[in-house]
Amino acid sequence: MLWDALALQLGYNATLVAIGSTLLGVAAGITGTFLFLRKRALVSDAVSHATLPGVCLAFLALVVLGGDGRNLIGLLAGSAVSAWLGLLCMNWLTHNTRLAEDAAIGAVLSVFFGFGIVLLTIIQSLGVGRQAGLEGFLLGTTAGMLRLDALIIAIGGAATLILVTIIRRPMMMVAFDPEYAAARGVAVNRTDLAMMGLVMAVTVIGLKIVGLILIVALLIIPPVTARFWSERSDLVVLLAGMAGGLAGYLGAAISASTPDLPTGPIIVLVSFGFFALSLLLAPARGVLAAVLRHVQFQRRIHIRQGLLALAQGQMIYEPLTLRLLHRAGLARADGVATDAGRARAAKALRDEKRWEIVRADLTHEATAALYDGLRDIETVLTKDQIEEIDLRIGGPHGIQP
Amino acid sequence: MNGEEFVTLSLTPLLIGTFSAIACALPGNFLVLRKQALIGDAISHVVLPGIVVGFLLTGAISTWPMMLGAAGAAIVSVVMIEAIRRLGKIEPGAAMGVVFTSMFAAGVLLLEQTDTSTVHLDVEHALYGNLESLIWLDATGWQSVLDPQALAGLPPELPRIAITLLGVALFTWIFWRPLKISTFDEGFARTIGIRTGRLGLALVIAAAIAAVAAFDAVGSIIVIAMFICPPAAARMMTNRLETQVVWSVFFATVSAVLGYVLAGYGPLWLGGLDAVSAAGMIATVSGLILMICAIFGPCRTRSGAPNSN
Amino acid sequence: MLDLVSSQGITVEDRGPGDSPLAVRGLTVSYGQKPAVFSVDMTVQPGAMTAIIGPNGAGKSTLLKAALGIVKPLSGLVTVYGRPLEQQRTRIAYVPQRASVDWDFPTRVIDVVLMGLSRELGLLGRVRARHKAHAMDCLHRVGMRDFADRQIGQLSGGQQQRVFLARALAQEADLYLLDEPFAGVDATTEKAIIDVLKSLKSSGKTVVVVHHDLATVTEYFDHVFLINTRKVAEGPVAEAFTAETLQSTYGGRLATAQIDQISRVLG
Repeated sequence: MLWDALALQLGYNATLVAIGSTLLGVAAGITGTFLFLRKRALVSDAVSHATLPGVCLAFLALVVLGGDGRNLIGLLAGSAVSAWLGLLCMNWLTHNTRLAEDAAIGAVLSVFFGFGIVLLTIIQSLGVGRQAGLEGFLLGTTAGMLRLDALIIAIGGAATLILVTIIRRPMMMVAFDPEYAAARGVAVNRTDLAMMGLVMAVTVIGLKIVGLILIVALLIIPPVTARFWSERSDLVVLLAGMAGGLAGYLGAAISASTPDLPTGPIIVLVSFGFFALSLLLAPARGVLAAVLRHVQFQRRIHIRQGLLALAQGQMIYEPLTLRLLHRAGLARADGVATDAGRARAAKALRDEKRWEIVRADLTHEATAALYDGLRDIETVLTKDQIEEIDLRIGGPHGIQP
Repeated sequence: MNGEEFVTLSLTPLLIGTFSAIACALPGNFLVLRKQALIGDAISHVVLPGIVVGFLLTGAISTWPMMLGAAGAAIVSVVMIEAIRRLGKIEPGAAMGVVFTSMFAAGVLLLEQTDTSTVHLDVEHALYGNLESLIWLDATGWQSVLDPQALAGLPPELPRIAITLLGVALFTWIFWRPLKISTFDEGFARTIGIRTGRLGLALVIAAAIAAVAAFDAVGSIIVIAMFICPPAAARMMTNRLETQVVWSVFFATVSAVLGYVLAGYGPLWLGGLDAVSAAGMIATVSGLILMICAIFGPCRTRSGAPNSN
Repeated sequence: MLDLVSSQGITVEDRGPGDSPLAVRGLTVSYGQKPAVFSVDMTVQPGAMTAIIGPNGAGKSTLLKAALGIVKPLSGLVTVYGRPLEQQRTRIAYVPQRASVDWDFPTRVIDVVLMGLSRELGLLGRVRARHKAHAMDCLHRVGMRDFADRQIGQLSGGQQQRVFLARALAQEADLYLLDEPFAGVDATTEKAIIDVLKSLKSSGKTVVVVHHDLATVTEYFDHVFLINTRKVAEGPVAEAFTAETLQSTYGGRLATAQIDQISRVLG
């Protein structure tokens, strides 16, 4: 069953949903990356909740004008207008009052959503609803998706991607360093608004499939996932698009292959699965790697400090240091150095002295920057350089009276 | 409307709405100042999976397991956000976004997979509650307030939210000084021996308890709106924390009362429609109050010497 | 010429942790994989004014924060007057960097100073007239008495710094730790702060300051602690604050002209 779904063999509607979700995932992942790198991920939460009153007002307007209230284009247009209004309110609050952005986001999302609920109850009480199915916009419904709906999503997704490609450079500059971008002549405010416009576009496109509460997940989770795998911003953008697209495709397929599995939540949970795997397993930024590195690092620090203390005949206060030295065969359990320990300690002390010379010497400035208390000096200086430094240190000093 | 009708139909929803609003606004003051306003947003989203899990574990629609489940989910989400933020070096907003959307999705999925047709448990209810239905059928008028038999028929949400409000207020009162100091200057707070980590967690748990109790009665929209709007509006009115908290309680009360009245009677005044969602209207009113304060409030703009960094 | 053999730096007088107001042994703090402070020993002399000096990013503030338990060290021991930090909280007063807090916080100058009394007040203790009088007195000592009822956001940078100092004074501690109190403040404030610190010293208190202005070291302080990730030198200014130790501390980062200037100050 799942294989059929993955191969898009599960009928017309399921295929439409799968293609739509994939496109949506790609567009959301890529757009969301700029938002994430700008450290404004949750702005999307305000934008998405702010669509609700627009959807309801558009429905009412369509009904009053005698049209079909469920016209998707009309509803999406309405949602875009109110999302834009919400965005402007949020910007105004952060720029003109003392509120920080988080409070502005929370205020806009709760108030717009609350007002949307009021409108929703009005629509229900009007009886024109014919159960308008507007609740479907909260969590998304793919059940009755039409060819036209799929087409709108496809065109919208493609248009968003083209726009992103065009303005990716200024967006990246603003995300990385707004002040520098401004100095280079990038209109920071306008770029920010354009970024929000894209977020809004993705939100509006995603209303039908995942709904306004969960669209935020598609904008945030894939970029965060991608960030674990790369330090290069352009790669993060691409990976986020891939993670989002894959989550959309897999989620739609799983949901189509099993009855009663709602598409939106499944897509979000698949996306979260990718995130959880990345958080744990990513090579450089993953938790597992970080824990191993930290434990190793702490051990090296303790051993190094212990050796230096041994070399200078100082007391070792910390039990962990003692234990590590003992286990490495460098000291006895009571803290007295073994022969191997004494040799290593002497070497450590000499290296410290060498580093000291390097760090005080202008000509070694680039090397000195590498100093972290642990690095073996042989790895950064040539033999000749070390010899030259040793010459400056000279032999052992006698005790001066 | 006469007294009898008022006590039966409106007194209890009004009290529950007001208590919920105040219970959320109190911790909200500190959350807004700590730039953690969206913790409230996150908590109100994860309450849904918590309630569903509580229901699945007991198989019954009884209140306490569901409230425990919700409180547990709130704490799990906070711990997860913190863990993702630290372990993955992800900025807090994005970490929150990952956690609460995923947990909410899990809640929706569980709900769809569970046969909840016999019980009143659905996503819409979770979002905007049903304040209007919390009426006091046993009341026959104001004299019922002193009638033990009638009091026994109070909607159970009322004593629950009242106790929660009392607890939150006590917490705020007892820990006022450490909360204020650690919100203003965390480094200094630690040097005088305040355990800022634990205190921060306690604040979030207090907020979560308020959210769960309020959610039970009025749905999650009011919860987010009341965490943020009254304290944010109060922030525009004063430069003293003590005064700000008083203002926020006042704004929360006005939002709840005015919102309930407008939702119940507004449509009637406009021409005989059914009542609209009280929860939505309360959130809307709180937003209008915030708007007015943001435009006219005496202390609406940032003060403070420009920081060097 | 000083003997630079000891890799732990120059320790002119090390009495051991003993009864020193603040003693640090083997302290290493790391943000990520690069130590900010590596294996540092420090013994603060009682009744002295000590400057912690080093280039940007050399771990000066980190050393202070780790000594106070604000950041968690990777290894190392800290004692305050010979006992663990936790038992000696009341004897320490800390003045953080001005930029570390949100000055838009809704509170008044006097309330900030009263924060210094919070241990004495406890959770629910009422602020009484004598507490207020004490706070006003502390404000008076830093020349900020007239600003008591101002909102803190309305103060200039120098005034904010003095309010922080007044809060520390209110704590009536024995050991005062200040993180860059002279950074970006006006001349009046600098004078006011140094006068207060000198009066603290003359009443037998111990003062430790993270300091960045090399030109004023000899004028203000009697002990220095030079650090660049690890300790470079420690001791009385006359012995430990020399062109040579500065060269070791700042390496290539200290312009030669600056060294000349300092050498002139040093005579």
